[in-house]
Amino acid sequence: MDPITQGLVTIAVGVGGCLAYFYVSNLLLDKVIFPARGAHISRNINRANLVRPWLFLLPVVVLLTLYLAYPVVGSFVRSLYNRSGDEFIGFDNYTSLIGSGEFRVAFLNNALWALVVPALSTFLGLIIAQLTDRLKWGNIAKSIIFMPMAISFVGASLIWKFVYAPDPDIGLINAIRGTFGLEAVDVLQIPFWNNLFLMVLLIWVQTGFAMVILSAALRGVPEETIEAAIIDGANPFQVFFKIQVPQITATILVVWTTITIGTLKIFDIVYAMTGGNFGTQILPSYMMQFMFRDDGRATAVAVLIMLIVSPVVYSNVRQARKELS
Amino acid sequence: MSDIVGKKSGLVWATHLSVLALVIIWLIPTVGLFVSSFRDRDQISETGWWRSFLPVEQGLRGRASVDDVIVQGDTFVLTGSLFDDEEVLASVGEERPPITAFGNAGRNPGQFVAGEVADLGDGESLLVNPDGTYEYRLAEDPGNRGPRIYFFASTPPVFSFANYRTVLTADNMDRAFINTLTVTIPTTIIPILMAAFAAYALAWMDFRGRGFMIACIVGLLVVPLQLALVPALQMHNAVGIGQSFLGIWLAHTAFGLPLAVYLLRNYMIGLPRDIIESAKVDGATDFEVFLKIVLPLSFPALASFAIFQFLWTWNDLLVAKVFLPSAEEAKVMTVKIADDLLGSRGGDWGILATAAFVSIGVPLLVFFSLQRYLVRGLLAGSVK
Repeated sequence: MDPITQGLVTIAVGVGGCLAYFYVSNLLLDKVIFPARGAHISRNINRANLVRPWLFLLPVVVLLTLYLAYPVVGSFVRSLYNRSGDEFIGFDNYTSLIGSGEFRVAFLNNALWALVVPALSTFLGLIIAQLTDRLKWGNIAKSIIFMPMAISFVGASLIWKFVYAPDPDIGLINAIRGTFGLEAVDVLQIPFWNNLFLMVLLIWVQTGFAMVILSAALRGVPEETIEAAIIDGANPFQVFFKIQVPQITATILVVWTTITIGTLKIFDIVYAMTGGNFGTQILPSYMMQFMFRDDGRATAVAVLIMLIVSPVVYSNVRQARKELS
Repeated sequence: MSDIVGKKSGLVWATHLSVLALVIIWLIPTVGLFVSSFRDRDQISETGWWRSFLPVEQGLRGRASVDDVIVQGDTFVLTGSLFDDEEVLASVGEERPPITAFGNAGRNPGQFVAGEVADLGDGESLLVNPDGTYEYRLAEDPGNRGPRIYFFASTPPVFSFANYRTVLTADNMDRAFINTLTVTIPTTIIPILMAAFAAYALAWMDFRGRGFMIACIVGLLVVPLQLALVPALQMHNAVGIGQSFLGIWLAHTAFGLPLAVYLLRNYMIGLPRDIIESAKVDGATDFEVFLKIVLPLSFPALASFAIFQFLWTWNDLLVAKVFLPSAEEAKVMTVKIADDLLGSRGGDWGILATAAFVSIGVPLLVFFSLQRYLVRGLLAGSVK
């Protein structure tokens, strides 16, 4: 069967199956297992209502357990075994990883990414949100800055290759250098700085996200506080940094952590731009080097990424529980 | 509030200019790709895309024709037009671009100015006119193969869909496009319904363990996908799904569910309680309330999630690399571009630009037409 028909069948089976499951299971519950009639009618209705939420949740719970909850444990267990998975070797994968130079490079680069990208994206997003807020054509400007959100990281990598290419007839940077009489360079091969040139791509993508959220937050700042500050003689910079920004710190934090998590998981940019060469390796792309070759080490890297992200998971869950109660 | 800036016109101008500068910086890389995708492949390597609307000095080469050699004493005179040469015809076609410079050696192809006689030493000389006619005076019999002439012609800018035709017909890119659609559409539609039922339960049904379930969903939102790859693939291999479309549908569906449930629950809990309760008083079951009231009212949230999931699955590289077979006929566009084109076609910028534009065209279209819902979704659940 060719993939298109297969896809159509899957849509039909998926959507139809879902509907059928919910319909039939509800019907069974109400008419057969706990029928709302006979001697125990009220007890039956109560029991049916106890079971029903779990019927509604079942497909999601099953899929999430298999594909996200179990893998957290499964990956950890797998990382304690050797390459082929038949011998238990304890934490040897971790110790050999931590001992390897490439891992350290990847780890430090990842730390650099996690510091620079969220900081710059949030800062730029905040500034742009404020600047465009008052402009008549602000929405068009916002649209354009938001646009890279829709572009894949592979596409973004290609787009930026036309900026970074060493050939001055292709790459914009080297064309500009050429007009100043400077020699063409491959910016992706300059040690250390090449990392920053790669981060530019992610900042280019994420600034729009930060801008959209922070722009909404800025609009939520009560006008009275701003008016009072202006009457007291505050200049626009003071109004922005001393009145508006302090009132949206919570949102800034949310944006910052969201971008941080995203940054720790991105592998496409490094993979497509440098393949991890020239000292640009980061943990997610480092993991893909082991994928299909050495699952033990691949999962060990994944578990380390999870460890780095886990404080955020913890604070998110705590936040959600607080909102509930 | 709106005129605190207005009081200082200098600041207004500064705002306008800095926003304009930012917009240009943001847009330029994409514009470069877009312009390049329509340019002639030879012209791309001659001048940068920012000069694409100017004529291009294209380096060409041909051979002097030996069809009618005239012998004048010791010299052999070859005449003719460069534009009759087969090699030149193959690259410029029927065009006759004016020739600006010429030479007889490949290491210095633009040594002499067109229209002036060049003394080549040893009694030999070469003249190439801007219209392509030449006169080559040789000291020795050229035999049956004329000597090479190198020249620069000023070709007008060429824009065409040729690259798009190449990309969409050769290189299996058409196949990759279909594959991307095949992965994307089911994995956008299927999780919506599942997640909507679960979100309804978490928003409007009271049961033990609800808080725990919500906490789990929020926690799973930020679990790195990397962790799921190896165990999920092992599971697929164990049950016989292996690397296949079925596998990637299941994986993408599952990976999209936390965001879907989270977004939809946040939206549904904001629906007016009265409507739902009065429907229940009238005897509607939860199933009916969900299907007839909650689901239609939640349309904006459903649309937000659908756009997120579509963009994410369309743009994904990681999941496709792991869960789809690496065979040529199962490659999606991102894999195709990252693994094949960037490697083998590394220098063919026209093809690269076009392939990239084909792959980002659809998401851009979705983005610009449905931006409203996207923004709303971002504001509702800025966690993923």
